[in-house]
Amino acid sequence: MTGLDFGVIQRALPFLLEGLALSFFLTAVAMLGGVILGLGLAVIRLSRWKALSILAAGYVNGFRAIPLVLVIFWFYFLVPLALGRSVSALQSVVIAFVLFEAAYYSEIFRAGLQSIRPGQWQAAYACGLGYFQTLRLVVLPQALRNMLPLMITQAVVLFQDTSLVYVISLRDFMTSASIVANRDNRLIETYLVAALVYFVICSIGAASASRLSARWRPA
Amino acid sequence: MNYSWNWSILIQPPYLGWLASGLELTLVISISAWILALIAGTLVGVVGTLPHRIPRMLAATYVGMFRNIPLLLQLFLWFFVVPELLPSGWGFWLKRDLPFPELWTSMLALGLFTSARVAVQVGSGITAVSSGQRMAAVASGMSPAQAYRLVLLPQAFRIVLPPLTSDFLTVFKNSALALTIGVFELTAQTRQIESFTFQGFEAFTAATIVYLVIALLVTFFMRTLERRVALPDTMGAAS
Amino acid sequence: MTKAHIQASRTPAEIVEMPASVRVVPISQGRKPMVEISKLYKSYGPIEVLKGCDLVVERGEVVVICGPSGSGKSTLIKCVNGLERFDRGALVVDGVRVGERASDMTSLRARIGMVSQHFELYPHLTVLQNICLAQVHVLKRSKVEAQAKARALLARVGLPDKEGAYPAQLSGGQQQRVAIARALAMDPVAMLFDEPTSALDPEMIGEVLAVMLELARDGMTMIVVTHEMGFARKAADRVVFMDKGAIVETAPTQQFFDEPRAERAKLFLSRILSQ
Repeated sequence: MTGLDFGVIQRALPFLLEGLALSFFLTAVAMLGGVILGLGLAVIRLSRWKALSILAAGYVNGFRAIPLVLVIFWFYFLVPLALGRSVSALQSVVIAFVLFEAAYYSEIFRAGLQSIRPGQWQAAYACGLGYFQTLRLVVLPQALRNMLPLMITQAVVLFQDTSLVYVISLRDFMTSASIVANRDNRLIETYLVAALVYFVICSIGAASASRLSARWRPA
Repeated sequence: MNYSWNWSILIQPPYLGWLASGLELTLVISISAWILALIAGTLVGVVGTLPHRIPRMLAATYVGMFRNIPLLLQLFLWFFVVPELLPSGWGFWLKRDLPFPELWTSMLALGLFTSARVAVQVGSGITAVSSGQRMAAVASGMSPAQAYRLVLLPQAFRIVLPPLTSDFLTVFKNSALALTIGVFELTAQTRQIESFTFQGFEAFTAATIVYLVIALLVTFFMRTLERRVALPDTMGAAS
Repeated sequence: MTKAHIQASRTPAEIVEMPASVRVVPISQGRKPMVEISKLYKSYGPIEVLKGCDLVVERGEVVVICGPSGSGKSTLIKCVNGLERFDRGALVVDGVRVGERASDMTSLRARIGMVSQHFELYPHLTVLQNICLAQVHVLKRSKVEAQAKARALLARVGLPDKEGAYPAQLSGGQQQRVAIARALAMDPVAMLFDEPTSALDPEMIGEVLAVMLELARDGMTMIVVTHEMGFARKAADRVVFMDKGAIVETAPTQQFFDEPRAERAKLFLSRILSQ
């Protein structure tokens, strides 16, 4: 083992930071899209439309049963085919992540919505509110308290999962680190620093999730 | 969409054989990683509930380390970095003499990564058992180890069996990451079939169905286990 | 204080009225007391829960501890088998100084039976397995021996047909009787009861107290934290009244009920007896 040289990180810093920016971008887009789509899926699943509800359940359980890597491959292959033209790796990955995350966020929403007592729905209906008004004004604001820590935890998982775009060589932080590691033959230093970066970011996320859930735990 | 279907590709040699050997590796890696995760996770989960502060901090550090670094990076650390940091004799052995190093690395990395999740579940299961149970065990003269083995863990495992199902499922999904260090498990094999034949649709469909079947089997297995160990009052047999 | 002292202090009239529970088993004279508590102090942070308690319990004696909630009764008896640590003072149980070596504590606990408010049967084990668990794993008895003992005790507490039941299938009163059998299976030299009937529905209190009363008549050393003054009258040799972490009064049973000295004990008695 030759001496460690962390100078490699310094020299590659702009390149690595660009990768990190893409990781954050992917996380943000996947979370935003996943939350919106996931809420819709959860509402459909809990609705009275039997057929739609079964379809939504199939979507959620299907995506939750297969590896994200396979999903990434699927869309990398499928999106250009479906659109009839070539698309960038980034575009296919964004679609894959949004659809994949929607399945997980929908489960968080479903649990959150179910945690609200039926009496709340009935009270709102009794006041003359409609279904979507009740959802928006009465149920969601209450459910959000229970859900926010879980949503942050899921975001931490998502941030780690963005590293999987490595399999289609999209230059997120993970891929950039591996490029630097192999180009400069500095695997130890680069991977250790990359681990530290992920560890610090995810620990902050995890800590804020547990602080939130502790603060909101019913006394 | 301009695509020429050829489903028969899936049952042609050598592709059927590729799928079969991919499935075999997926199962071998996942199940051995799960066993490792159960053993290590239970140990760490117990340590995290001990009355002293230092073991609790150690357990929390363990969980934090394995939960807050992406699995992909953990695989690379075990595969590329750890052999370099070990004493040179061990490192050489790992790199040169150990057969199938990528397979062993996948099992170890996936097992330890999952153990952190198991530890959290087991720890919360133990905490959910009332403190009176611990006291009753200690009051009858049991050592702390006996109290855990005979009274606390049997109850904790029943409590955490449903959430553990999802962790068990996740192991199978995460085993796909082994392809990044050159293990030709199921996902890697279908990817290979796609690049050989350009029949990506068929290949990925095959993998998707296999993963769905695994998920169904695991869920069925865990539900059966839950029923087998359920206590009479939860089965409605109470008098 | 020995049994002889107690009886000598009673007036003839009291002796006539003496409860039927006066034990046929003589208290061993000249042997060391079962429990010697002296100057016991304990705090939870700034709150002092035990403020220098003194209590001696002789072998074969039944002592009832009563007092308002939060007076430190439960804490005091949990100290006796080391389930609660204390800050200052001395505590000797059956010749073992509590709070010294952990290994001594484990063997001491095996010899002191404890029955708690919430039964704490092991929900994952049947009644028979509950009674056998510590016999097999702590006393290293054979399974056959442990089961024979368990069955005999189940008969004694009036539940001979419940050995295969799980705790959740039993009523509260039945669960508590199993808990007593479980404690007795260890052949304890003394039994601690921590509010054994306070979590029970009223109609089940009697069956548990009957088992405890019989145990008292058989000569078991017992320390019982309870509000059941009827039980105290029938079974106790002495009553200890605690308030705000201190032992306010210790008196032979009859004397405690007829002429409590401490004002707080009088108030407590008048309240609890008027209920």
